[in-house]
Amino acid sequence: MDKIAVLGDRDSIYGFAAVGLETCPVQGPEEAARMLHSLAEQGYAVIYVTESCYAQLGHELEKYKGVLKPAVLPIPGVYGNTGLGIARVKGFVEKAVGSDIIFGG
Amino acid sequence: MASTQINPTRMELTRLKRKLTTALRGHKLLKDKRDELMRQFLELVRENKALREKVEEGLAAANRNFVMARASMPDESVDVALMAPKQEVYLETETRNVMSVDIPVYQYKTRTSDPADIYSYGFAFTSADLDDAVKSLADLLPDLLRLAQVEKSCELMADEIEKTRRRVNALEHVMIPDTREKIRYITMKLDENERSTQIRLMKVKDMMLEEAHHYSQREQG
Repeated sequence: MDKIAVLGDRDSIYGFAAVGLETCPVQGPEEAARMLHSLAEQGYAVIYVTESCYAQLGHELEKYKGVLKPAVLPIPGVYGNTGLGIARVKGFVEKAVGSDIIFGG
Repeated sequence: MASTQINPTRMELTRLKRKLTTALRGHKLLKDKRDELMRQFLELVRENKALREKVEEGLAAANRNFVMARASMPDESVDVALMAPKQEVYLETETRNVMSVDIPVYQYKTRTSDPADIYSYGFAFTSADLDDAVKSLADLLPDLLRLAQVEKSCELMADEIEKTRRRVNALEHVMIPDTREKIRYITMKLDENERSTQIRLMKVKDMMLEEAHHYSQREQG
């Protein structure tokens, strides 16, 4: 049985506790990175990270890119949508096809 | 460049011919793999795009609701209300193999059997906004999980497609033409050797006949 975690600033994520996800409020990139690694070690299958936090994590995320578990994915936080999530999907298309044919640009 | 370091022997020729057949077969297989992966990837990525747009919109709405809830209630009450969650979500992770790429399939289970059983607080001290907020997030959960599955699959497949494409290209533009060139070189060299042996034999025959019958002297005489 795997669990799901949500990582990010407290204001953006506290609501997820109500629906049964594990919330891990963090401040600053170091704490976020530490938390991310420890969550991955504990065998969480999916880790949602708020966009602002995701952007700060940078190369810490490389480790989890080619592996099945955990799936780390950005979600918009309370401070609005930065478009990082869509940009990531766009990146996949560009990587696979060679140019972006889905998002039209 | 191909013909620098090879022995023009029949054995080498057979080896190269066998290598070429394998390379051609591998190329065809990999090309098919790439095409099929690409087809599945494009399907998946379209779903990914739609899901992501939906989830981001939903989350924005949920976040708005939470902000409203916090505005109409003291922080402590919100914290207390959400302190002991009633619901818990577990994932059952399985893998599905698509063209040699393992992609995850998530089945989720909730702790309480009723998925609507999400309110971890009595309704007396909380505002209705909080109920709305929690409800909007709970409604979004299946999509959120589906997004995780689809997006991870896209990520893994994009990696594999890139790898396969490189392999196909390497075979198509380097390995196969290279081997063909080598085969050509060896065939030419062997043919050349054969011709030169033939000529040598003819010459020797001429010389031997000359020695036995002295044709040239007879002509003169």
